[in-house]
Amino acid sequence: MKPSDTTLQVMWNRLLAIVEEQGQALVRAAFSPIVRECGDISAGVFDAGGRMLAQAVTGTPGHINTMAAAVRTLQKHFGNSNMKPGDIYLTNDPWIASGHLNDFLLMMPVFRNNVVVGFTSCTSHLVDLGGLGMGPEGSDIYDEGLLIPPCRLVSQGRVNELLMDIVRANSREPVANEGDIYALIACCEAGAARLSGMMAEFDLETLDALSEYIIGTSRSATMNAIRALPHGTWQSALICDGYASDIRLCAGLTISDDGILVDFAGTDGCTDKGINVPLNYATAYTVFALRCLIGPEIPNNAGSLEPFRVVAPPGCILNAQPPSPVAMRHTLGQMTPDLVYGCLSQALPDAVPAEGASCMYDLPLRHTTDAASDPGRHFALELVFNGGTGARPALDGLSATAFPSGVWGSQIETTEAAAPVLFHKRELREDSGGAGTCRGGLGQRIEISPAGEDAFLVFLSVERMRNAASGRRGGQAGASGRIRRIRPDAPDEDLPGKGTFRIGSGETLIFETPGGGGYGPAAERPRKAVLDDVTAGFISPDAARTIYGADI
Amino acid sequence: MAIDIGGTFTDTVLMDAQGCVRASSKVSTTPHDPVAGAIEGAEAALSQSGAIWSDISAFIHGTTLATNALIEKRGAVVATVTTAGFRDILEIAYERRYSQYAIDIEKPDLLVARHRAFTIGGRINAAGHELAPLDDVAVPTLADQIAASGAETIAVCLLHAYANPDHEQKLAQMLGELLPDIPVSLSHEVSPEAREFDRLCTTVANASVRPLMVGYLADFQKEFYRCGLKCPVLMMTAGGGMTTLETAARLPVRLVESGPAGGAILAARIAAGADERAVLSFDMGGTTAKLCLIDDFRPQMARRFEIARAARFIRGSGMPVRIPVIEMIEIGAGGGSVAAVDGIGRVTVGPESAGADPGPAGFARGGELPTVTDADIVQGYIDPGSFAEGRLTVDAKLSATALEVHIGGPLSAAAETAATAVSEIVDEAMAGAGRMHAVESGKDLASRLMIAFGGNGPLHATRVARRAGVRRILIPRDPGVGSAAGFLFAPVSFEIIRSRYTRLDDLQPEMINALFNEMAEEAVAVVRAGAPEGTLNQRRVAYMRYRGQGHEIEVDLGNDALHAADAERLGKAFGDEYSRQFGRTVPGMVTEVLNWGLTVSVETSAAPQASAHVAGRECVATGHRRIWCNVSGRFRDAEVHQRADLVPGSRIAGPALITEAQTTTFVSADFVAETDNVGNIWMTLKEEHAT
Repeated sequence: MKPSDTTLQVMWNRLLAIVEEQGQALVRAAFSPIVRECGDISAGVFDAGGRMLAQAVTGTPGHINTMAAAVRTLQKHFGNSNMKPGDIYLTNDPWIASGHLNDFLLMMPVFRNNVVVGFTSCTSHLVDLGGLGMGPEGSDIYDEGLLIPPCRLVSQGRVNELLMDIVRANSREPVANEGDIYALIACCEAGAARLSGMMAEFDLETLDALSEYIIGTSRSATMNAIRALPHGTWQSALICDGYASDIRLCAGLTISDDGILVDFAGTDGCTDKGINVPLNYATAYTVFALRCLIGPEIPNNAGSLEPFRVVAPPGCILNAQPPSPVAMRHTLGQMTPDLVYGCLSQALPDAVPAEGASCMYDLPLRHTTDAASDPGRHFALELVFNGGTGARPALDGLSATAFPSGVWGSQIETTEAAAPVLFHKRELREDSGGAGTCRGGLGQRIEISPAGEDAFLVFLSVERMRNAASGRRGGQAGASGRIRRIRPDAPDEDLPGKGTFRIGSGETLIFETPGGGGYGPAAERPRKAVLDDVTAGFISPDAARTIYGADI
Repeated sequence: MAIDIGGTFTDTVLMDAQGCVRASSKVSTTPHDPVAGAIEGAEAALSQSGAIWSDISAFIHGTTLATNALIEKRGAVVATVTTAGFRDILEIAYERRYSQYAIDIEKPDLLVARHRAFTIGGRINAAGHELAPLDDVAVPTLADQIAASGAETIAVCLLHAYANPDHEQKLAQMLGELLPDIPVSLSHEVSPEAREFDRLCTTVANASVRPLMVGYLADFQKEFYRCGLKCPVLMMTAGGGMTTLETAARLPVRLVESGPAGGAILAARIAAGADERAVLSFDMGGTTAKLCLIDDFRPQMARRFEIARAARFIRGSGMPVRIPVIEMIEIGAGGGSVAAVDGIGRVTVGPESAGADPGPAGFARGGELPTVTDADIVQGYIDPGSFAEGRLTVDAKLSATALEVHIGGPLSAAAETAATAVSEIVDEAMAGAGRMHAVESGKDLASRLMIAFGGNGPLHATRVARRAGVRRILIPRDPGVGSAAGFLFAPVSFEIIRSRYTRLDDLQPEMINALFNEMAEEAVAVVRAGAPEGTLNQRRVAYMRYRGQGHEIEVDLGNDALHAADAERLGKAFGDEYSRQFGRTVPGMVTEVLNWGLTVSVETSAAPQASAHVAGRECVATGHRRIWCNVSGRFRDAEVHQRADLVPGSRIAGPALITEAQTTTFVSADFVAETDNVGNIWMTLKEEHAT
């Protein structure tokens, strides 16, 4: 019997609920701090052909699209007819899963009457895979740790112990890694059980009709949204800090009746440090940014993603090829929204926000080698901070808020309870938001020291230290990021945005995140808004006079 | 007597010592002077039963006043004082947008303009040690700045005050002398837990409503005493307990969401009476539906709640408060929820509500948009002649037109098809919310008994149950005033949570026992103020996790003092609970405790024992209606019964409607309804589906 449209819609809602359930279960059971505090996961349901039907809305657009493609790759690699109930497949290959080794992707076939009818899948960020660790210092992928090609992690319900042993033996955090893999297994199993239950309840033999409905509806709605846009091709470029010298990213955006094509031709080549970006990851953020403005209400699935195509010459830094190092691929990957908005703003001048801080300002801290011999003095923190977002056409930017990533920031009290660090300050940076009719969001200033005698190491990989977020339509740039080391008996020292540095006892790291760009001329900002900003301390009286021309 | 002042209606219930409802009333809430409506409702109930004021021996009050003041930003003007260097805890929050794809969102308004965010020097570390003394020299200047800012109330939240409250106490004392007219709320009293953003938000919420609630509570008591009430007034809290007016005035944030808590308490008591250990309560009103899991006759508790979420009920879009609260999932799906068709041809329902005014299109008060109630009218479940005891006119044609225009048109469907689509979507939304809630709590839904109440709960119960896989439903007596009735079964109680980090392999029983004794002393004092007599029960829990995880699991500790040997028992209890929630334990992990919790409550009387098994007897219908049969997929005749006619053992096979003053119970064709010895209706899925 062909289900009615309402029943199909009910089942679609059910799938969306299932993936949210999966995602919640994964976050709650996670060990990796960036997963449980920041939601760095994804979860999805797929049809028997590996087409994505639903994906949880989580903290990471970086998994949008990468998961959709990865499951298809694994499904083709193993073949449905070779799969058994209770099997689960795994890979962390950056070019298949999600752009760096830390992201583990699991996929589980779902059976009905002994036939594969669909898949559940999830991805999570594991703490440590050996190698040089999570930083940009690797010179190739082999420096960056353990790569697991597509393999069977669970065979008919039995975990592959050899594989688990290998993962444990190759990590500085074997216990957390194992815990996170168990959480991923539980997540796949829970999703599979829910999907089976739903098919039984609605008496479905296959997902075919539902799959056609979801993908067809989403594709045609997305195409309608695209057809309503002006057609043509627009070019844009964005200069990033890179590791040691500036890197130029280029994009061409073509809107036509066939869909949207983004081409990164002209982008600089890879560097020898781990900030290179596999295309799957660059695509994820690019498509996410476009979907924020084009059909944002349409759920993420194979149909809504299909009209978006992203291509790049192999070997450019947004299409890094093996064995390029890619551990910190998010640093530049998170800049691609600003790049593609540079094109889109030419097509839609009144709809696109100014540039923002964009790249998250994560602050991984570790104990130094001095403490290596004493496990009681070991610690590792993955703190995440953010700068300001770009001003929107009718709204100010958001201060100290993640975009395009959706991660959560850290809390001082739980951080100080977990590791020997002491914060002196965490406040917004006055005058850091780019001036404009709408003001860019403010960055923040963090000051942090060792709490006791032990020094700590900081691993930096952030952007917008030299190349600030530009304003749009006459709006001004936001403040750049700035990182300094303050020593009691030496001059203050500016640190670059990338590299490993030591902060000793009695020293302070000052970590200032960038502001977002402004939108529209500052002189046109309503006087009341300028005065309110002065009262609140978002801008100084001096800036109000000199930049906004307010008479105060 | 119990009085529940809601946003639209004020419900009053008068109960006798045996727990039977003797009278109830529903009057319109009087927003400008809520006490006036309360007195009107109380007098109506008294006159119905022939009782007088001095007959009342216990009086419980719940109100949405505090919640609404926070939602509508009508509280007092708040200034915050935080540790120097940390002025922007509220502005920075968790650095997160609550909606991933929406680039035009604003962060939640957390009530404090930045020019009223002040700081003071001094520092305590995570272990509670003082690193720098409180900068008391700066306090007079601070007081001047606060006064000049126009603040009417102060929220103080200093870093790590949960571990050492000295600086907060010292600062409060100095501010109290310098600014005697401005109340000060202290974070370590309001919410003594780590995470500065959540603790500050809770303190701000408390500070914001405190002046209003202090005045209101005093006024309420004075007016009721003037009428002749002799017994003390107790207040219902979000945690499902009662507390004194004094505690309520000090910690008014604990009064938010007390109305829905009453419904959960009622359901828990009915569960106890029926000896049902796994229950889902389903409370569907005019604008929202609330679902709560009740295990072993205890509603599930939580420690975090969000006030004033943005329109779409999205997590993270409101103001978080950390208080003991009955954990409920609330979604924007009620009788008045508006149905529409979105840009890609999908039917949506809510969260926008037509409210009481203009209300559903079928109420003929100018509403033009189709609502869930309109869909129910078109499907025949609501009798236009007898709805709301005939006080409201219902015009089924207006309902049909609204559905045809706004749903049928875009989908090229007739009104009836549109109506069934609206029902399916809203029922799936409620069932989905319930399933999601169960999963988040690591629990199963399908094996539960659903207890349904609220104005629309009995009408949608079978439809939601089927989608949630639930096979049994109970409709209590007086389901329309369930929350107020629940107040009368709540114990006087008080809950305290303290943060004290402990590794299970380094458990120091003396320290934890001392902590519990201190907590017990404080909680008992609060409870005894409201209940001088009666046996006290204690419940001690630990919030545990594997070292390295970020989310804790509640583990029951039992009531005895801890000994070193208990570490093993706690580890096992944690492991059991963990594998129940996540399928397996994780080998070789260290287990740690973050928070310790203690609840002291007065023992309440046992519920009357209900028995579902009374000899069945068929009963005679008072009429028939043509209804949409959602089992066979066509319109067919259903019997109509009056609830007042039912006697123990009455048996009605679906499809049927059972009508009473404030609601209708819909027995769908796949269910059979039976009445038990205390008047509950039990609906059970038929083994063989009727067609």
